[in-house]
Parts: sequence; C-alpha cells; structure tokens
Amino acid sequence: MEVFATALPALNDAFAMILQPYVIGYLILGVVMGLCIGVFPGLGGIAGLSLLLPFMFGMEPVTGLALMVGMVAVVPTSDTFASVLMGIPGSSASQATVLDGFPMAKKGQAARALSAAFASSLFGGLVGAAFLTFFILAARPIVLLFQTPELLMITIFGLSMVGILAGRVALKGLVAACLGILVGTIGEGASSGALRMSTYDMPYLVDGLKLVIVGLGIFAIPEIVALLRRDKAISDRAPLGGGWAEGVKDWWANKWLSVRCSLIGVVVGVIPGLGGSVVDWIAYGHTVQTAKDKSGFGSGDVRGVIGPESSNNAKEGGGLVPTLLFGIPGSGSMAIFISAVALLGTGSIEVGPSMLKNNLDFTYAIVWLLALANVVGTIICIAASGGIAKLTEIRFALLAPFLFMIIAFAAFQSRQDIWDLVALFGIGLLGILMRRFDWSRPAFLIGFVLAAPAERYTNQAYQIGASRFRRGFEEGIDYIFSPIVIVLIIITLLSVVIGLRQAKNIQAEGAVAAGSKRAPVIFLLAITTYIALTYWNAAIIPDFARMDRVFPVFVATVALIGCALLLVQMMRADETSAIFGDREAEEADDSVHGLWPTLGWFASLLVASALVGFILALAGFLLLFIRLRAGKSWGYAAIYTAVGIAFICAMAWTLNRDFPPGLLQAYFDLPWPLT
Amino acid sequence: MLTKTLGVFALTSALVATQSVADGHQIDLSGKTVEWIIPFSETGGSAKWANFYAPLLSEALPGNPTVVVTFNPGAGSTKGANAFQEMTYEDGTTIFGSSGSTQFPYLLSDPRVRYEYSDWNVVLASGTGGVAYLPPALSTQLGDGGDAYALQGEDFIYGSQGATRLDLVPLLAWEMLGLQVEPVFGIEGRGDGRLMFERGEANIDYQTSSSFLSGVTPLVEAGTAVPWFSFGALDAEGNIVRDPTFPDMPTFKEVCEATDGCETSGEQWDAWKAFFVAGFPAQKMVFLPAGAPDNAIATFTEAFAAIQERDDFAEISTARLGVYPQLTGDAAQTAMASATDVPQEAKDFVINWLSDRYGVVLQ
Repeated sequence: MEVFATALPALNDAFAMILQPYVIGYLILGVVMGLCIGVFPGLGGIAGLSLLLPFMFGMEPVTGLALMVGMVAVVPTSDTFASVLMGIPGSSASQATVLDGFPMAKKGQAARALSAAFASSLFGGLVGAAFLTFFILAARPIVLLFQTPELLMITIFGLSMVGILAGRVALKGLVAACLGILVGTIGEGASSGALRMSTYDMPYLVDGLKLVIVGLGIFAIPEIVALLRRDKAISDRAPLGGGWAEGVKDWWANKWLSVRCSLIGVVVGVIPGLGGSVVDWIAYGHTVQTAKDKSGFGSGDVRGVIGPESSNNAKEGGGLVPTLLFGIPGSGSMAIFISAVALLGTGSIEVGPSMLKNNLDFTYAIVWLLALANVVGTIICIAASGGIAKLTEIRFALLAPFLFMIIAFAAFQSRQDIWDLVALFGIGLLGILMRRFDWSRPAFLIGFVLAAPAERYTNQAYQIGASRFRRGFEEGIDYIFSPIVIVLIIITLLSVVIGLRQAKNIQAEGAVAAGSKRAPVIFLLAITTYIALTYWNAAIIPDFARMDRVFPVFVATVALIGCALLLVQMMRADETSAIFGDREAEEADDSVHGLWPTLGWFASLLVASALVGFILALAGFLLLFIRLRAGKSWGYAAIYTAVGIAFICAMAWTLNRDFPPGLLQAYFDLPWPLT
Repeated sequence: MLTKTLGVFALTSALVATQSVADGHQIDLSGKTVEWIIPFSETGGSAKWANFYAPLLSEALPGNPTVVVTFNPGAGSTKGANAFQEMTYEDGTTIFGSSGSTQFPYLLSDPRVRYEYSDWNVVLASGTGGVAYLPPALSTQLGDGGDAYALQGEDFIYGSQGATRLDLVPLLAWEMLGLQVEPVFGIEGRGDGRLMFERGEANIDYQTSSSFLSGVTPLVEAGTAVPWFSFGALDAEGNIVRDPTFPDMPTFKEVCEATDGCETSGEQWDAWKAFFVAGFPAQKMVFLPAGAPDNAIATFTEAFAAIQERDDFAEISTARLGVYPQLTGDAAQTAMASATDVPQEAKDFVINWLSDRYGVVLQ
C-alpha cells in the first residue's frame, strides 16, 4: 500500500495542474497542430516539436508540457489516415496498420477501418496511462533487468514475426527479410566504422538509408503506381453503409484483443533501446496467432487494424519510462521533448533519474496529459474520418501528383539531399518488383527496421558475454541465459512454429496468380546477385574491423542458401506453382496504363528536380501530369498546380524547411522557395 | 502565457536594440532570420546547447532577428561542416555550431574532412568538462589520491561511441592508468553508456559535466556510483587545474601522479592533454562563414557577450551548460587556436595508438 501512499497525493496534484481551462486549451492547440503535421507521411513529432521549441523558453511548465504532449501524442493517431487511405506507413508506429487497413479502404470500408483504428488508439492510450500510473513507481529496477542479451532476444522475437508474414512461399519471405536486413546494414558499421556497400566517394550511403525513405519506397510507391495504372479511385466499389459507427462496434467486439495488444505496447515501449520499431509487428503477430479464422488477414480483416493500433498509442506511454526515469529518449521526438522540458520555466524540471523523487507530480501530469491528448485527438479524428475517407472515392489520377509531391517532400526531410529522392525512387522500384512477384514486403521492412538493433546487440552481448566468461564460466552462463532470456527463447520458438504452420493461410498482401516462369526467375537472379555482392563486400572487411563483418556475412550466407533452394524449387515446379507468383498477369487486364510509362512520369520529376530544383520541376510536373495524364483542361491544370505549389510552400515555410536544389541553383542565386 | 512571454521578449529586446544602433558599427538584422546550422541531429548535446542560446541570441542581436536552429546531420558532423565550408558570408544570417566531434576528425586527418577551421570566424567558444566514475565495489579499491594500481588486474567494460570520437580522451586516460578497458562500441549516446553502467554491464563510465550533474548525481546519492576523477579545466596559463564545477574531485592529472607507471610528461601525456584541450575546454564553438566583415563579427561577439551579462544568466545557464567559460572575442580566438592547433607529434601519437590498439585506420 506504500505505492498508493506515494502515488495518490502526487496524482491529485497532477490532476489539479491539468484540469484547468487554459491548460486544456493549450493541449487542444497542441493536438490540432499535431494532427495537421501528423497526417503528412514522414513528418511527425520531430518536425512539430522543433516548431514549438522557440516558444518553450521560460514558458510556464504545465502549459508548455500541455502544448508539447498534445502534439506528440496525436502523431501515432493521425498517421493512421495515410496508412489506411493511401497505404503509406506514416511513421514506424503504423507500419502494420497498412497490411489490413489499406485493403479495407480499397473495399470501400475506409471509414470503418479508420474509426476502428481510432477507437483502438484511444483505448490503448488510456490503458497505457492507467498501467503506467502505478508501474512507473516500480519501473526502474525492472527496466534495469533488461540487459543486452534480453534486448537481443526481443529483437529476435520481433524478427520471428517474419514467419507469419512470409506469405505463401516461406522461403521467399525469409530471403526478403534477409534482404531487408542487408539493406539495413548499408553504410558505416556501428562497431568499427567499416564501410558496407558504400564508399566515401558517395557520402550519402555512408550514413545508411532512413526508415522514412524505405517505408515510403517499399509500401507507398508500389501502391500509388498500381492505382495510377488502373486510373480509378482507391476504393473500387461504393462505400458501405454504417461508416464510423461500425468501426467502433468492431473494436468493442474485439475489446480483449485490444486490451492484450495495449499491454504489449506499453511493456515493449518501456524497454529502452527498441522504441516503437517492433511494437506494432509483435502486436500484429499476436493478433494473427490468437485469431480463430485467419483467412482474412492481409486482405482487410478489421482485427489486423485493431491489434497494432491498440499497441502503438500505449507504446507512447510506455516510452515515457525510459525518457523520464533514465533521461534516455526512446525516439527522436522524445529527445527533443527532453531538451524542450529543460527550457521550461526556470529549468527546474530535470528529466532523468531524479524525476520520480523531485517531480512526481509533473511525471503524472505528463502521463495523463498524454492520455487526455489521446481522447481529444481521437474525437477529432473520428469526427473527421467520414469526410476524409471520401478521398478514396476521388479519381486517383487527380490525387496521385499531390501524394507524390508530399512523399517527395517528406523523403527529402530525411537528409535534405537530392539523393534522398534518388534513394526513394530506387527503393520504390524494388518495392514495385517485390509486390509484382509476391515477395513479402512486410518481411523486408521488419528486416530493415531490426537490422541495426540486431547487429548492435549481437556484437555487444558477445563482447560483454566474453568478458563475463573470462571471469568465470558460471557468471557467463548467468549473464547469457537469464530467466527472462529463457522465457523469450521459448516464446520465440513457439511463435515461429505456430507462424510457419499458419503462414500459408495468411496472404499478407492478397492472393496472387502465377504467370510465366521467365520474369520471376530473372528477379530472383537479380536479388541473388545483389546478396552475393553484399557477401563479397562484407567478406573483404579486414580483421581489425571484424565486428562489422560477421553480421552481414552471416545474414548474406543464410540468404544465399535460401536463394539457392528457391532456384532448385523453381527448376522443379511447373508454371502454375505459387512460387512463380506474378501480379502483372492479372493486373495487365485491369490496368489502363503500362508500368514503365507510369514510372517514367516520376523519373522525369526526379531528373527535372536535379536540373532545375524541386519547386520548378514540381510545377512542370503537376501541370503536365494533370493536362496529359489526367486529361483535364489547361486551366484546370494551372489552378491545380498553383494550389499544390502554394500548399507545399506554406508547409515548408511553417516548418522552416528548404527544397532540393538542382544544377540551376548551383549557377544562379534564386529567392526562396526556388533555392 | 505565450503572448505574455513573447511580450517580455519584445520589450527587453527593444532596449537592447536601441543601445546597439547607437554604436553605429553593427550590422542591423531586423526583419531577418538567422539560421544556426548544427551538423548533428535534433537529439544530441549540440542541439541542446543551440536551443538554449537561440532565443537569447535573438534577443541580444540588433534588430532582433528570428534565430532558428537547423540541423544538417551526417557522417559524424563532417557533412554539415563540409557544407558550411562551401558557404561565403552574405549578410550575417548564417552561423554554424561545431563540436568536439567536428574537431577530432579534423585533427586526425579523417579523409572526409574538407573544412578548414582557420577560414572561419569564431564568435563564441563554450567549454565543458568530464567526470569518470566507478561502481562502489571497485572504487573502494582505489588507493590514496585515486591511485588506480589495485584495479590494474580488473576486466573493465565501457560502453563507447567510437574510439575516434570524444571517447578517445577517457580511453587514453584509462590506458595511461594501466587499466584493461574493453570498449563496447555501437552505443548511440553517452546516456546509453550510463544505462549500460546502471544495468551492471559496464563497470566504468564517464559523462560530460552537465550529463553528470543530471544523470549520475542521483546514482551517487543512491550509492550505486562513485565519482573518481574529473578531466580538469584549464587556467589562464594553460595548466590543468581542478574543474570549478567539481572542486572536490581530483583531476586526471592528480590521479595519474598518484598512480605508479602513469607519467604526466612525455609524448603520451602531451598527446592526451592536446586532445583533452581540443575536446573539452572549447568543445562547442559558433562561427561566421569565411569572408565575414569585422562589423558582423563584432555584432555577434557583442551579442554573445551581452547574453552573459544578463542578470539571470548564471541562474539559467548552470543547469544546461554547467559552470564553464563562455568565451567571446580574443578569448574565443585563443580557445579555438588551442583546440584546433594540435602539435603534429600528438596527432601522430594518437593516430598510431588508434591503429595499434583498435585497428582504426583513417584513410
């Protein structure tokens, strides 16, 4: 009962702080700003908080916190719009939502998917806050139990979700995941700084690719291109009745699933070092594994939306534990949050180990501001979802240029380099081909996201473990095989076995007919060549940097074995086998436009940007696309272009960002936004 | 509250503005936006430092321009610094904030470095310090004055960001004390290193002063960490003296003198001191680009000086920056010179040591 004795007075103080009209007012202001920024893929809490920072200096702590927490809290809620409506993973919090949310939108159930997602988000956020209120007092020693071997095992557990998402041919899923990992290791090794698949002559690759670019490229671009080729609206049938109320009913029918996934979210969120990258995949995996009828997953099962969405807002709450108790940010936005808190008031709130002792009331204020912001944000989102869902009924040729503009802008925020756009295009092409030949894109993304933690924790656990073994065999064993590690190993094994047994039923991206043999084989050979190249490139890393060599060599070896087995299977199987899945076969009839002309449009945007800078290129692109491809009048196209350019400039100006310059700008000084 | 705060800003800034215009030799930045480029991400220590100064700078500059901090991270800050090198002075609306992580690759002839400090114009140099600490079980084995002799057989693990970064200074220090420290690389910030220490996986660690104050002091109070030594601070003659933020802690120099086999002279010591000076007493600096005229340099120098003359500066800066010199004018020039002009022997020693000890070849 001691816990209650400490918690209740502080909780009381916290509510007294929060529940004042002006605090709520600032919270709503933060929520609205967060929603405006969060609906754009790739722009999340970091962009929003940076915008608020200049105002934080000396601001009264509670109001400043309300503003910032309001903004951070709604990002995982608002990015659901992009995931469901466009198939674009807005942030790492909504990767898994795409899998079932977007197919629902295509079936005309966008409003239902959105409201189910928002109801789950809201509930998850509240469960997270309630759990945290008491857990936070006991959290410190528990968090410290998670040493490097435990972190490694959680990462491996996350990777084991590939088993469920591998698609019809498990081996293809495995190779896709390995490919994702290998793409994730591009750049300077974390351990000794050895270069993998990059050179100092191309500085861009040295830092590796960012999640924004890979997520947009692998999911969004293939969907946009496929939709454009069909030249209809996103939703291929009239919207179903019921709308948002039905989604809330769906959530209620699955409330226990929602509870479980919320707890998964808050618990994984608590562990520092993993952040949000695995949470939604684990929640999705859990949802699929515990469902009785699994046939609908991947083609629009509402439970596939409820699970991940319940976990991702709860995770934000969990993520407060490492941030507030240890002063270690769980994400980029949390890092800015920490530095912003230091600017508040007289700077007396010091995020870190002393937070619980000296500022328990503020800690609770933050936890419950987060919950309250969830409520406000969700209500706004549900209210808006019916209207915004109508976007799925607009002819896609009119929506696509706008989307491309936003995606390109978001990608450019990754490194503010024209190479961001090249990388986006390159990864997009890979995504298009993976989609076409039915290689699991979720598996690729899981691999990419978890590559860095998997390698880091493997190396660190090995090094620290070796040091423990030098001290004594028993000490080493105790370190590597702690009770938590053993439990995690068992869960992982179970999950892999169950997953593989069921994977055939779960077609994470819908059914695919098989086509001819030639194209799938060529694609496999191309992937094999890249993996072999990676293997060779890693193998020549000299001995002194061996820590940077082991991991890519190991993963590439697994992948090469997988590729070899696939080749053998392909030689034996006949043309109708699932292994030769080729979407082109069925989509060719459906599509009005060819693949290459459609891609050509975007390639030309890229080339033009490199020549005359982004804004001029975009103006030309929008004008010509609307006139020629969408077949509207010149007047219509001119207005569309003007609105688009004005919109993107307003957004960049507010966020204080620049646009990619081209060759032209190297010779002439042009005024903003043409710079 | 927002409007009220902004109102106060406007009022005080108006006063400052009138004073500076009277001087006549300053550039006027009214209506402009000063872009402060930080070559790191939004999440690092440099971001904290710039975010602390930005609103104060806006208030102190003539014409009260908006000061925005922009981030251009990549390649351990060499990307942003290379980009800044390409810029030339236009109207005083671009400034650059460098850090020890920008200085070290420059000193170690990293192949990615295409910038030259002597082309730039320093207007502020901010110092900091560092503290090494141990778990209580090990710290009780220390001898008089922090003598490390008894720990020389111990197997140390240290969470490190990389031997070519600021971590070079503590790693070399521990080696000079005869400790067997195995750095575990690949951690993302010193905070992660502290967490590794708290989990009991690492058994030696160091933090810069402000992180020590906020992150380790509670551990010291709880009895799970014991401070060992500070790296020290420089006096006016360039001698290492006790760090004013931690006057009760011995400096590394004192500990080295107390430990058999550790020398406070000779090439190893000179190299350590040279890199300490490069990394800590002038860790973060603000520059105007090449070609800046004297009146622009004077404007920014006076603005940063004015910030430190604020009545509340000691109060608001202690928690964020620690008690360290914030140098402007000639003092900043001197600090930059000592931080970037390291004797060739010291560079050679460190480059050799990195390749022998860690296999790091900077090519």
